Amino acid sequence: MTDFKKLDRRQVLKFGAAGAAALGAAPLFYSRNAWAESFRNDPGSAKNVTLGFNVPQSGPYADEGADELRAYKLAVKHLNGEGDGGMMNTFQPSSLKGNGILGKKVTFTTGDTQTKSDAARASAKRMIEKDGALMITGGSSSGVAVAVQGLCQESGIIFMAGLTHSNDTTGKDKRRYGFRHFFNAYMSGAALGPVLEKEYGKERSAYHLTADYTWGWTQEESMRQFTEGFGWQTTAAVKTPVGAGDFSQYITPVLNSGADVLILNHYGKDMINSLTQAVQFGLRDKQVNGKNFEIVVPLFSRLMAQGAGDNIKGILGSTNWNWSLKDEGSSAFVKSFGAEYGNPPSMAAHTCYVQTLLYANACEMAGTFYPPEVIKALEGFKFDGMGNGATEYRAEDHQCFKDVLVVRGNQNPSSQFDLLEVVETTPRSQVEYDAKIFGGELGPYKV
Amino acid sequence: MKKIASKDSKLLLIFSGAVLLMPLWLAPFGAAYPDLLQKFAIYGIFAIGFNILFGLTGYLSFGHAAFLGVGSYAAVWSFKLFTMNVLPAVLFGVFFAGLLALAIGFVSLRRSGIYFSILTLAFAQMSYNLAYSVLTPITNGETGLQLTLNDPRWLDSLYKVAGEGLPSTELFGLKMSGYPGFYFCAIILIVCFFISLRIFRSPFGLMLRGVKSNQNRMNYTGLNTRPYMLSAFVISGMYAGLAGSLLAVTDPLAGAERMQWTASGEVVLMTILGGVGTLVGPMLGAGLIKYFENIFSSFNSNILHEIFSFLPDGIENVMVKVTGLFVGSGWHLTLGLLFMIVVIFLPGGIVEGAQKVKNLFVSNDQKGSAESSPEKQAVE
Repeated sequence: MTDFKKLDRRQVLKFGAAGAAALGAAPLFYSRNAWAESFRNDPGSAKNVTLGFNVPQSGPYADEGADELRAYKLAVKHLNGEGDGGMMNTFQPSSLKGNGILGKKVTFTTGDTQTKSDAARASAKRMIEKDGALMITGGSSSGVAVAVQGLCQESGIIFMAGLTHSNDTTGKDKRRYGFRHFFNAYMSGAALGPVLEKEYGKERSAYHLTADYTWGWTQEESMRQFTEGFGWQTTAAVKTPVGAGDFSQYITPVLNSGADVLILNHYGKDMINSLTQAVQFGLRDKQVNGKNFEIVVPLFSRLMAQGAGDNIKGILGSTNWNWSLKDEGSSAFVKSFGAEYGNPPSMAAHTCYVQTLLYANACEMAGTFYPPEVIKALEGFKFDGMGNGATEYRAEDHQCFKDVLVVRGNQNPSSQFDLLEVVETTPRSQVEYDAKIFGGELGPYKV
Repeated sequence: MKKIASKDSKLLLIFSGAVLLMPLWLAPFGAAYPDLLQKFAIYGIFAIGFNILFGLTGYLSFGHAAFLGVGSYAAVWSFKLFTMNVLPAVLFGVFFAGLLALAIGFVSLRRSGIYFSILTLAFAQMSYNLAYSVLTPITNGETGLQLTLNDPRWLDSLYKVAGEGLPSTELFGLKMSGYPGFYFCAIILIVCFFISLRIFRSPFGLMLRGVKSNQNRMNYTGLNTRPYMLSAFVISGMYAGLAGSLLAVTDPLAGAERMQWTASGEVVLMTILGGVGTLVGPMLGAGLIKYFENIFSSFNSNILHEIFSFLPDGIENVMVKVTGLFVGSGWHLTLGLLFMIVVIFLPGGIVEGAQKVKNLFVSNDQKGSAESSPEKQAVE
């Protein structure tokens, strides 16, 4: 055993030489690209550009992820001038030419976020380091979006957030390289609040079940802020783990809590499970304090409505976009998506499609892929014809401002997709807020 | 003995060469990009440490992810509170993981076999749930612990003006992302491999092997094996903490999912896949699993169509359909099949497979002597 300790001089030299040789070779790898490029993954004279689509393909948000991927593929098709062009024909003011981005054909790489921050960052890093992605987009969870957005800022790659609804994404965790088209929890609260007041009155006590991560927290905070603002009491707010599957242990206490409204700050399969179980427990047939017991789902999507079936009927919520909208942009998108995949797009698909087009358009406007210029083109950009009416990318926090839809589960659906009826279109002015209230800093243009 | 020593130096030399030159020889496999290389090195450390416990003593811990997670959290807190230099972060990570391992090991090692496994699993799940929903002020729950602009960073603020944007982790000015980060991890991996080699060859290692073959007999000779077991457990926990802190060094973020039981199971898979109780096996297993997770999961139908484009259209589509089940989101299926094949046909893991191939090429009498020689066994 002791012999090994006696590494003689000759051996030490051998080891040292080998180590030094390996280290000497090392700088060649990481300095190889250093001289030519002014920014990361510059396509240069290549004929193609690569976009990274990082979506959950497994886990509680997998349905949304699958629909997002469909939308991305459709967007790539339209950018390359294939298919009927979808919203490219209605988007105003558009610099898109239908020949790719800046004359380069758009290709893409995909990855599975697994709805986990670690896996999402690993996947995004692969896209950036190996596949040379110029822009990363996707995500169906705010936790993941915040994590990937931070990574993109460090790497100098633009991140066009997909479905993320937490206030933090463009609030305390906002980044210069991150952009969000989707609305947020604050806007949901601001739009839903007045409708709840009108429908259910001022004297209610609410019980919150909240998904235990950044989105759930801010969603609960915003809902409490607005409902308490017109006199509702908050009986209790209970945090539930994401992907719990069985929510019965959280719903049983609601029965005897004295609350007469249950607010489910859940999304995806979690919301389908918790809502179904709440209905099975007979909450909706109950009378508390002489009032009908009500359930509210602040963030609604058609995919979830489909999963929850009949349980969704009559329940109020808010949504970013719905396929039943009749404006020109929405109809063009629904037609094109339907022709491709045989079903209407979800709101997740819509926001992802729009984000891809907006990025491409910003590159065309800037005339370059150089991120600081692209960012400047996106900041303060005003556009229309993308299904939400007049929209603005606010420069201070990279949040899009547009009208918000308050919806209700359809009592008499005319088809398997006609699940949500629009109760009210809340105008943009009512959901707007000061960019400073959530804190956070965008950070530098150049990294 | 002389023979072992020279064989060991050769092994170490080959190992170091292979690790440091990974960017070269992994390029044809599409795996030569910094993030994945870092993961290879980091999970290699994790698996090598796990093997010190599982491979030598036969005690199967199902809770090693807890140490990985604690290492990450400790490192990120070091970045937040003290400095962006990685050395204190790594030291904190190792220290706190060692502390937790001492506590968990002290209780769990009172039992052996399946009871030990279940105890460690229970402790790890406890740590996970604590991190996920109870200790959220420290761990930031599901969202994960991240750096922010208004972290104090007391040491850094003493002599540095904070730049715009988030600072990055560094080793005395050298940024720890990309290839420098990989080389930092690789050098630590080689040191860890060397330590593990020395443990395998030491009287201490022999004692641990004794525990594996018959702990009762050891006890009957009047020897108390508990201190040895506990040391092995703590060392192995510190390896995991080191791996966890390196995860934070290359990417300053710590999430609770690192402590989940699936992460504990992953390191068991890595070790078994590569070869339990062998020196290089765990590293091979770790590399293979990370490769599957990152590369196979990224194959989509476009890439498959490219691969099979030489076939006629009809067959191409069928091939894409069939193989599509095993790549992309179906990569777990491939991994499961591979694992079954290895366990059924090569219980000794990849290392046994390599040995079998090697034996095909050496003549019979050499083979006979090789199998009977204890030195040979020791090198494996």
